[in-house]
Amino acid sequence: MKEISAFDVIGPVMIGPSSSHTAGALRIALLARKMFKPEIVRARFVLYGSFAETCSGHGIDKALTAGILGFEADDQRIPESFSYAREAGVGLEFSLDRETKDLHPNTADIYLTGRHGEKVLVRGVSLGGGRAEIRGIDGVEIKLSGDYYTIFIEHRDAPGIAAFITAKLSENHINIAFMRLYREGKGESAYTIIEADEEIPEAVVSDIEEHEHITSAILIR
Amino acid sequence: MNFCFGKELLRICENEKIPISEAMLRREIHITGTDRGAARKIMERSYQVMKGAVKKAAENPRPSMGGLIGGEAAKMLARGQKTRPVCGAVLSRAAAYALGVMEVNASMGLIVAAPTAGSSGVIPGAFLAVQEEFGFSDEKMTDALFNTAAVGYLITRNATVSGAQSGCQAEVGAASAMAASALAEIMGASPDACLAAASSALSNMLGLVCDPIAGLVEVPCQKRNALGAANALVCAEMALSGIPELIPFDEMVDTLYHVGQRIPIELRETALGGVAASPTGQRLCSEIRSRG
Repeated sequence: MKEISAFDVIGPVMIGPSSSHTAGALRIALLARKMFKPEIVRARFVLYGSFAETCSGHGIDKALTAGILGFEADDQRIPESFSYAREAGVGLEFSLDRETKDLHPNTADIYLTGRHGEKVLVRGVSLGGGRAEIRGIDGVEIKLSGDYYTIFIEHRDAPGIAAFITAKLSENHINIAFMRLYREGKGESAYTIIEADEEIPEAVVSDIEEHEHITSAILIR
Repeated sequence: MNFCFGKELLRICENEKIPISEAMLRREIHITGTDRGAARKIMERSYQVMKGAVKKAAENPRPSMGGLIGGEAAKMLARGQKTRPVCGAVLSRAAAYALGVMEVNASMGLIVAAPTAGSSGVIPGAFLAVQEEFGFSDEKMTDALFNTAAVGYLITRNATVSGAQSGCQAEVGAASAMAASALAEIMGASPDACLAAASSALSNMLGLVCDPIAGLVEVPCQKRNALGAANALVCAEMALSGIPELIPFDEMVDTLYHVGQRIPIELRETALGGVAASPTGQRLCSEIRSRG
């Protein structure tokens, strides 16, 4: 576990009212935006548990929208994020699911649509103190927090991909802190998440993307 | 250089002849590899954000998102200008400022979670009132924030500052302990006396439940922040007077944790008990939720 910094205690500087519900919701949406390359034209949100119960009172809808627009948790535009979304041409839709019970109480599903009809479904949970974690992408369970320098790689489940990725990182002297692999099923879509202690150059990521079975590699800071 | 418990922190302070704030700053440099200037700069910004929130509530009050609060700080400050507050000028201002930061927080304004958003009024309230009263520099107050961070870090590490886990005693209680220790340092207390002030502050808040109406950070959170600031001032003053705290800080943190585990789930941020479950609390909740 990472050491607790003075600024984990006195911080974050954020738009209220709740680090878990406002700053954490924003963080989920911000991570979702970073994991999706296309320009976003539409975002649909489904909120569960305490997120569904306290949505407007905690400004969760505004915070999620702000995250989709790429605002950080201390951005004073958050309260007006709906009008910024309109301006940016991003359609929004919110629904509250008060029935589903067996999820983490602060869970949001985010359905994103890109300019050319690309689609993704990202599930995230807020962990408290403004921290959040992505728990699923297109129905595949994953774990991604963005607390480290991270590469999010989407690829086909085929032999040699992990070896290819690690070789590229090793060539560039990047030490892997954590590496996790997920897949839908044998030979289908798969995801690899690499977390490193030091910054990963953009060039290494585009290098990784060259592989024929790798659909996309995205750097998440 | 690192420490995991209050007694280790006190040993470092004694060996190095430094205050708690300096020990925390050195720890920060050690664990993150940052330098003194960069760390102080981040803290300086936090203090300016705290001051900005206090000012905003005083000059431009706004209703909260849930509509349960708004304008309380301005009311209390106005009375303080007209007449002598029953609790004295410093305490009255500390409480008013704490109320104000909570108004800003609840209306989607900019605040510093210290240690949480729900307890973000306590430290600014206590700090600004004391700064005004004694004419301290921003630099001195910024340094003192590292003292609050030391206490908050120890409570986070060895117990929790989450209301959902341990009730309001862990949020406003922690914030109050952090402020008490820092105020004691600002006023010239030894590191021992600072942690005694923190220990008393926690002790005074043991068992306090987290029962927000409609689950929102408005009522009773706002007034509890005012109480947290007042508690910090009283505990700092007791420690400065040489009144001992019989229970060492580390033991009080453990106590906080164990008491927290015994607080039922209804009284830990679920809005199922306490004030939230009162008939009026429930009526306000259904009104807010029917608005969507």
